[in-house]
Amino acid sequence: MPAKEPVAVVGVGQTKHVAARRDVSIAGLVREAARRALDDAGLGWAGIDAVVIGKAPDFFEGVMMPELYLADALGAVGKPLMRVHTAGSVGGSTALVAAGLVAARVHRTVLTLAFEKQSESNAMWGLSLPVPFQQPLLAGAGGFFAPHVRAYIRRSGAPGTVGCLVAYKDRRNALRNPYAHLHEHDVTLEKVRSSPMLWDPIRYSETCPSSDGACAMVLADRAGAARAPHPPAWVHGGAMRSEPTLFAGKDFVSPQAGKDCAADVYRQAGITDPRREIDAVEMYVPFSWYEPMWLENLGFAAEGEGWKLTESGVTELDGELPVNPSGGVLSTNPIGASGMIRFAEAALQVRGRAGAHQVAGARKALGHAYGGGSQFFSMWLVGAEPPEA
Amino acid sequence: MRDVAIVAFSQTDHVRSSEEVSEVEMLMPVLHDVLGRTGLRTGDIGFTCSGSCDYLAGRAFSFTMALDGVGAWPPIPESHVEMDGAWALYEAWVKLLTGEADTALVYAYGKSSPGSVRDVLTRQLDPYYLAPLWPDSVALAALQAQALIDSGETDEPALAAIAERSRTAAEGNPHAQLRGPRPQGGYVVRPLRTGDCPPVGDGAAAVVLAAGDRARELCPRPAWIRGMDHRVEPHALGVRDLTDSPSTRLAAERAGVHERPVDTAELHAPFTSQEVVLRKALRLGDSVAVNPSGGALAANPVMAAGLIRVGEAAAAVHRGASGRALAHATSGPCLQQNLVAVLEGEPHAR
Repeated sequence: MPAKEPVAVVGVGQTKHVAARRDVSIAGLVREAARRALDDAGLGWAGIDAVVIGKAPDFFEGVMMPELYLADALGAVGKPLMRVHTAGSVGGSTALVAAGLVAARVHRTVLTLAFEKQSESNAMWGLSLPVPFQQPLLAGAGGFFAPHVRAYIRRSGAPGTVGCLVAYKDRRNALRNPYAHLHEHDVTLEKVRSSPMLWDPIRYSETCPSSDGACAMVLADRAGAARAPHPPAWVHGGAMRSEPTLFAGKDFVSPQAGKDCAADVYRQAGITDPRREIDAVEMYVPFSWYEPMWLENLGFAAEGEGWKLTESGVTELDGELPVNPSGGVLSTNPIGASGMIRFAEAALQVRGRAGAHQVAGARKALGHAYGGGSQFFSMWLVGAEPPEA
Repeated sequence: MRDVAIVAFSQTDHVRSSEEVSEVEMLMPVLHDVLGRTGLRTGDIGFTCSGSCDYLAGRAFSFTMALDGVGAWPPIPESHVEMDGAWALYEAWVKLLTGEADTALVYAYGKSSPGSVRDVLTRQLDPYYLAPLWPDSVALAALQAQALIDSGETDEPALAAIAERSRTAAEGNPHAQLRGPRPQGGYVVRPLRTGDCPPVGDGAAAVVLAAGDRARELCPRPAWIRGMDHRVEPHALGVRDLTDSPSTRLAAERAGVHERPVDTAELHAPFTSQEVVLRKALRLGDSVAVNPSGGALAANPVMAAGLIRVGEAAAAVHRGASGRALAHATSGPCLQQNLVAVLEGEPHAR
């Protein structure tokens, strides 16, 4: 069997994420991110062979299969166009589907993009349509995830302040990221701690915002990487894993699908000690406590020890293992794009193009996304050097 | 390019309404059947991919419950497209080409019975300029049919003949919803009559893919995928020539359709007039058996109907009825997006 084609990220583009982009249509929004990614890659629309687009449920904007309407805006006319939907992990899955097209040598240059324009509709409503004979999600995503956070605190013995530390860190990191939605210049740890309790133990300042935004990447083969005007990021490993939503054996605190997905990525990338070998992590943390939870799930800390990394400052921008230098989902959450932003920010780090939130000397970075009731996972590991043949 | 084949295909009996079962309950027998044909179990499958659409179910994340039906434990490599299952098959095919998996399970399902599918499909139109007018799928197809008649490409008797031929062919398809000749009926939207339109129904389908020797182990006569490609056209009908399908033509060229003649074509043409457009774009001669299953005019479960075309073409190869078959799937108003695959019954000489 021939070896796969190495895949390079040669262009990254985002919109400035905000609560409501009333100045553009959905088409205008995606076009803005795509255009920036093409500019970064030094390409025009004609340089793209195929387009892979992702977003979370169609009900979030009220447009069924929006890729059909967006074909023109994405320069996809006459090209293959695919639409991926894997719940909150979709941005990551979309990037992986696009990378597969290059790796399989089906196409040489692929534009991949994910978006959410939440102001077009109401995401809470979109998630709350009644489902006969099934457990309703109740009061949005926070109501679903809060019991699992409580389970984590009980299991690990973590002090109740850890979640606030994460939120304080991510909101400060966001101040360095011009594309981040929340720029809370007056943020203090005390303000986070005293914010209203929403779903115990999750406080208002420990939750993600609702954002309008899009993120795009241009992926290319080896020849495309050689032509790129800026250093590429190379994909060293990528994987998706899913498990059922609800079943008796499910561990909601640390799902097996997440562990398996990370293990697959590390195996592909030759990573044996993720804590030491990975320089930056863009992790899907929509509620602050998911940082210590995922640190354990992804193998950066032993079970019950993740909160100690957070508490000791390891995950700060200048720590040993910076987590969410961009400000993360806690600062920017256009749901369908959030996973791709994690993947793209990981790429920016190893390309040395993350600006004021650059992690000094980052050579390997992990992008992580999850979705649904913690049953869908997608991850990739990118490096500054091409993968070894 | 790595050799990948369809080694098994299964589908439900397609019905007008399946309100007594959930999507998962509708899908489960199909999953069991398609795996049973190969002897594989969920845990043996290298990659799973599905196609479906939340707007049919009327709720967000409708595909997550279907995954529970697959039995994704221990966790599985899995993905989903919010498209017809034919595109899920395309994603799985690419996955197998990378060598990351040797087998794949692909499934798709759609229940139109909970709502009015004509109204629901209007929601996939441009949300600012077109969707607020609620032009439904039959009205848009009627524009296309009238354009074809005006250009002299077809006429109403020719369209009626397509309907007659399709539903007569469906007599041999135990899964079809409309089997046997039907009266052409009155106009639904002029010039389309009842007989020119697909039945509204519920259904599901699944296929198993395998690469190289694995395919030969699992199936006596695998349907090898010789090529597969898909292309999209502009969304607005005003900037397209509705009597033509350049995206189908390009996809067919890229899939290698014309390298050698095909003997069978399963076309996803929900309206009789669309078969006229596709035959021309695909340069299909009269010697090609078009839609021996009855096609979408006999059963059109939205989101599964395209995958069923690929599955029916593969099944024709499996049973030796076809040596080289073409399968086509479409999405969007008036054939906006089209996928073409070529399946063969024998290993080709390299």
